[in-house]
Amino acid sequence: MSDANEAANEPIAVIRTPISLDYHYSAGQSASRFLRAIAQGKLLGQKCPVDGRVYFPSRGACPQHGVTFGDEVVELSDKGTVVTFSIVRVPSENIPLELPYITINVLLDGADTILIHVLDAKLEDVRMGMRVQAVWKPKEEWTTSTANILYFRPIDEPDASYDSYKEHI
Amino acid sequence: MRDVAVVGFTQSPSMRSEPDRNEVEILIPVIDALRKQTGLTSADMDFICSGSSDYLAGSSFAFVSGLDAVGAWPPVCESHVEMDGAWALYEAWVKIQMGYADTALVYGFGKPSMGDLPITMALQLDPYSVMPLWPDTLSIAGLQARHCLEKGILTFEQMAAAAARDRGHAKGNPNAQVKGDFTVEGILAEPFLANPLRKSDCAPISDGASAIVLAAGDRARELSKRPAWIRGIEHICEPMDLGVRDLGRSRSTEMAAAKAGVGKGKIDVAELSAPFTHQEILVERALGLGPDTKVNPSGGALAGNPLMAVGLSRIGECATRIWSGEADRAVAHATSGPCLQQNLVCVLEGE
Repeated sequence: MSDANEAANEPIAVIRTPISLDYHYSAGQSASRFLRAIAQGKLLGQKCPVDGRVYFPSRGACPQHGVTFGDEVVELSDKGTVVTFSIVRVPSENIPLELPYITINVLLDGADTILIHVLDAKLEDVRMGMRVQAVWKPKEEWTTSTANILYFRPIDEPDASYDSYKEHI
Repeated sequence: MRDVAVVGFTQSPSMRSEPDRNEVEILIPVIDALRKQTGLTSADMDFICSGSSDYLAGSSFAFVSGLDAVGAWPPVCESHVEMDGAWALYEAWVKIQMGYADTALVYGFGKPSMGDLPITMALQLDPYSVMPLWPDTLSIAGLQARHCLEKGILTFEQMAAAAARDRGHAKGNPNAQVKGDFTVEGILAEPFLANPLRKSDCAPISDGASAIVLAAGDRARELSKRPAWIRGIEHICEPMDLGVRDLGRSRSTEMAAAKAGVGKGKIDVAELSAPFTHQEILVERALGLGPDTKVNPSGGALAGNPLMAVGLSRIGECATRIWSGEADRAVAHATSGPCLQQNLVCVLEGE
């Protein structure tokens, strides 16, 4: 029996079928408005017409009530409160901080939904209720991305009361 | 069996490419319009079921954001199928039959223009022996059409006539994408796109969404002067391997039609979602439709093909014709998979 025949009789245990698909992603009208604003250093949220809660980042419709937000936007402060946090000890792409670093759920002043970001602080200092502010990239580097905010940093303000953020935990 | 009817239907216009709206933003006005049409809110829906595909969006769990259009507070009873919305309607119908719901919201949505659809669809093929060749939709459908032509099952003229008929009907449909006065001679003069298929043999690529409200018994009578009662609904799937199927007929459509009772009476209107002309002919034959039936008064899939909503819209197009009295009995068809692999048949009647 030739080598070729022997090879043909070997059971095939593994096949490789690489898959790659290209997409032209559509952020959509609402997210596009948010991204264009953040390229100018503005943080836009949208107010639900039913209960007035401010969603950030803005989206097309209120996920609670299923109503369209329309064109009304709310500009938010880049200061906020740490709602909860986690210490990260595994490397991740696109994070401008050294390991270990802190990820936070931050409630921006005026918003009713949380933003996930990273915090530049000593690990032993971070706590729920801590007041923080965004540190932005240099203006000339701003693009249509939330990465325009490099990270948050603690500010010298008294901690927010638990009641002010408890429903966002 | 409980009496269940289609009492609401809305859809977005089929568009080759929605320029700036994302999938959810296409869906939101469709659901809004359905609320206005039926007077129902999300809280009035005992069950919600949707059909969409993460492969079209290119991101996992993309369908979850569809709930933004519905509103999910207080918590809703909800499900999703990675299939055309017609199958979401089937799930909702089962839920109502089992007594878990009296009303249901069903919707389907897709934005295939974000990717390369004919290539994306290769991922639904056998992952070991067929998909690695990356055969696109047109090539697979072209092989089937070639088989049908060579075996004398149908002719180029019949295929062209199907496209001309549907796109002529679509002139009256503001939501249709491809419409106008096509002629058999004109279509036969077109160059081949994927021999033996010409451009007019193929459904367009469409972004779009549609939504339906189902209601049972007296609730349906409250909501509609003339509910479109679902008198039969069935779906049957054929094997994945194209080589073991008879591609010259649609066996699963024949079986589903028999189980749904299509032949029990005259069919006034049929709405088919076959995306190629030769497939439309096969489906028409499998349903046993005769000259008494007006086929695709909306234009069908060949006039507008919003993937994941196109089959659901066929049920809606039949229902609107029953509500208006234009039809007493109608049959809607939806398909899934390559070469009509899986087919759903739904018989609707007025009282």
